[in-house]
Amino acid sequence: MKVKILYLASLREQLGKAGEDLEISPSASTVAGLRALLMARGGPWQSALAQGKALRVAVNQEMAQPTTAVKPGDEVAFFPAVTGG
Amino acid sequence: MPVRIQTTDFDAGAEIAALRRDNPKVGAVASFIGVCRDANDGTAVTKMTLEHYPGMTEKALEKIVAEAKRRWDVMEVLIVHRVGELKPADQIVLVVVTGAHRGEAFAACEFIMDYLKTRAPFWKKEETPQGARWVEARVSDDEAAQRWEPPKSSAA
Repeated sequence: MKVKILYLASLREQLGKAGEDLEISPSASTVAGLRALLMARGGPWQSALAQGKALRVAVNQEMAQPTTAVKPGDEVAFFPAVTGG
Repeated sequence: MPVRIQTTDFDAGAEIAALRRDNPKVGAVASFIGVCRDANDGTAVTKMTLEHYPGMTEKALEKIVAEAKRRWDVMEVLIVHRVGELKPADQIVLVVVTGAHRGEAFAACEFIMDYLKTRAPFWKKEETPQGARWVEARVSDDEAAQRWEPPKSSAA
């Protein structure tokens, strides 16, 4: 299934891209699964998305948890803890 | 529109006047303005760039406004948040809450800022004499947001 992924703020700079359309297997159909799939690319992916980083994930523009389901056509955004205001 | 994201500056006086115009039931107006400082963590800041997540930002702020209106007896809420390049002393964010009485308006205004700082997708990048750096989230901001009991209907 195909999902749209966005990388925002410092994460975009670390990964060198703002986003991508990705074909993923059903085994990556949760936020945690997708994160593991991306980390398996190694290099900056491994370090920028490492567990323990204050990483936030939104699915279809709503804050998500590791167990949140990812469905075909979803927009999944990875970003650091927010610093507005 | 209770929520606006814009690159341009805002006029708090004009925004407040517009928000309470023709409503003689308003007895209290609470407001907050966040301003860009010239230093952070002991380092001079010469410029700041604010990035956001278009689409989610508006939704997240509207959700915060709805939650504030659910919790407190207030009338109107306005949030204006700037994005793009800002300099020290520039205004960053405006929150205005109108209500019949000050207690509810003050509380709602503070709640909105505490939630905005931890839940709305904005990120600050500072220019310093040592180069550019992304601002790190503060534990104190999380603690400030946690003072407010979480909504009973939501697990977030």
